[in-house]
Amino acid sequence: MHSQRNAGTGEAAVCVRDLAKRFQDVIAVDGVDFDIGRGELFGLLGPNGAGKTTTINLLTGLAKPDRGRINIAGVDAVSNPKAAQHLIGVVPDESNLYPELSGRDNLRFCGALYGMRKRHRDARARELLSRFGLEEAAERSFSTYSKGMKRKLTIAAGIVHNPSILFLDEPTTGIDVASARQIRQLIADLYHSGTTILLTTHYIEEAERLCQRIAFIVHGKIVKLDTLEALLQPVKGQHIVQVLLSDNALPPTEELRRVFHDVTLESTGPGALRLSASSPLQIGPLVNLLERHSLQILEMRTVRLSLEDVFVDVTGIERTAMNAGQVEGGQST
Amino acid sequence: MTRWIAIWGIFKKDLRAYYLKPPNISWGLIFPMAWTGMFFIRSGLGLESVIELLPGGIAISVLFGTTSMLAVTVTFEKRHRSFERLLLAPLSLEQLMLAKTSGAILFGTVNAVVPIVLASFLADLSGVAWATVVPAIILIAVVSTFLGLFIAVSVREVFEAQTFSNFLRFPMIFLCGLFFPLSSLPVFLLPLSYALPLTYGVDILRGAITGEHMLPLAANFIVLAAFCAGLFMLSLRNVRRRWLL
Repeated sequence: MHSQRNAGTGEAAVCVRDLAKRFQDVIAVDGVDFDIGRGELFGLLGPNGAGKTTTINLLTGLAKPDRGRINIAGVDAVSNPKAAQHLIGVVPDESNLYPELSGRDNLRFCGALYGMRKRHRDARARELLSRFGLEEAAERSFSTYSKGMKRKLTIAAGIVHNPSILFLDEPTTGIDVASARQIRQLIADLYHSGTTILLTTHYIEEAERLCQRIAFIVHGKIVKLDTLEALLQPVKGQHIVQVLLSDNALPPTEELRRVFHDVTLESTGPGALRLSASSPLQIGPLVNLLERHSLQILEMRTVRLSLEDVFVDVTGIERTAMNAGQVEGGQST
Repeated sequence: MTRWIAIWGIFKKDLRAYYLKPPNISWGLIFPMAWTGMFFIRSGLGLESVIELLPGGIAISVLFGTTSMLAVTVTFEKRHRSFERLLLAPLSLEQLMLAKTSGAILFGTVNAVVPIVLASFLADLSGVAWATVVPAIILIAVVSTFLGLFIAVSVREVFEAQTFSNFLRFPMIFLCGLFFPLSSLPVFLLPLSYALPLTYGVDILRGAITGEHMLPLAANFIVLAAFCAGLFMLSLRNVRRRWLL
């Protein structure tokens, strides 16, 4: 799904400098800097409580920064948030449309909030309901929608006024796999149509699949920011083989080091071995060596290193903590 | 023009979504009628007391109608985060709050018609100064709505808004001269009465309907308008301080 079509045009659609926000004792955002180019899909990746939602709230005018500058399409969004709000669409981390209104009426109402005339907003609601596959549920009240349908309609509401910049806060969190796939496709379509997108997520694969540039945010700080390609560069030429031996057997590490001298060996658990090298590993000699030592191989597989490995390497945060939001010191920010 | 479309959209949405819900019918219409009926029976004066009770009946209908609404339209939406959608719209906070309150002002004003229509069947209303009653009703609706707004933006939960509303509304029934004159209140309670906006609204209505009033009507209008401005400003300040962190 990832594409290099739009790497941003150079001129920043969103420019953030030294942005900071504290809630009593908790530093939610701590001196964040980044630019998002026009037409770029930029990812903010971090565990729950890392400061992603607070950053979005600061950018969209829902919260006031303690310090720092935000420029949105040439508008100073700190001193004039209302002018900036004309230019942006926001999809919050929870579906917050009106439960009493139908899907169609929710979209019409959101269009009215941006001053769209009746004929225009009726047509736009029709178009979006069709595009998001919600035509059949258009007249049903929002409260009867499934979680996936609610997310889709919330995204539709965020773009009803055709914003050039879209902020998407965890758009696929808490929904089923099929709906998440559909939503990712919709995000990719929006990107291909030229919309500048800031996507926050704690799903590493989502960021890897969709975003051109990604910032890792932990404890309110951006610890790494680069293009996907550059982030993956350190692991690009790495070849990894994982071996699992029966009966938690100890591998002959000394002999392995002697035979495969350019290989890094790592014990990853009882009977588990990880070999990494900068050139492709020869499986045959490895199997022969282990069999010579009467070791039974339960499993042997090659591993493709991904953004997750880079993220873990840079932040020290494991995937389980990312998904569970259990980063030490993490707050709901 | 675009702002008017947004304001009109919010007004229409609130009317459709909230205003004719059962809690508003019970608190905004049935409760004031029952309360006024109770005073009517308690007075034991028969139909001649209808004209005496009418200012209180109007005021209580407006007060309960408007304040009940705001707990739903503002506190409920804030709790469920749909209010964020309004805060993200390119409207100033003043315009947004006026849009959110305009429906309640209309609802309160229409509520006032109910006791008037009922009274018209039971008493002679030919002596009523309608040119004073109508603006007074509108101003009472505005001040009650802004009081409801002040409460709604000061709490987090709908039940808190309802409790806080009742904490103010029920004493106001007794302290603002709705059904008996302020002169019958203990002296130590009078400062409290004069600190409540409804006292001035009821005084205008009483003057326009029965011809008896304590303060000059113009003074009552000015004090009510001042309460409207003060409560609206305080509400905006609370929103800025509590909601736009």
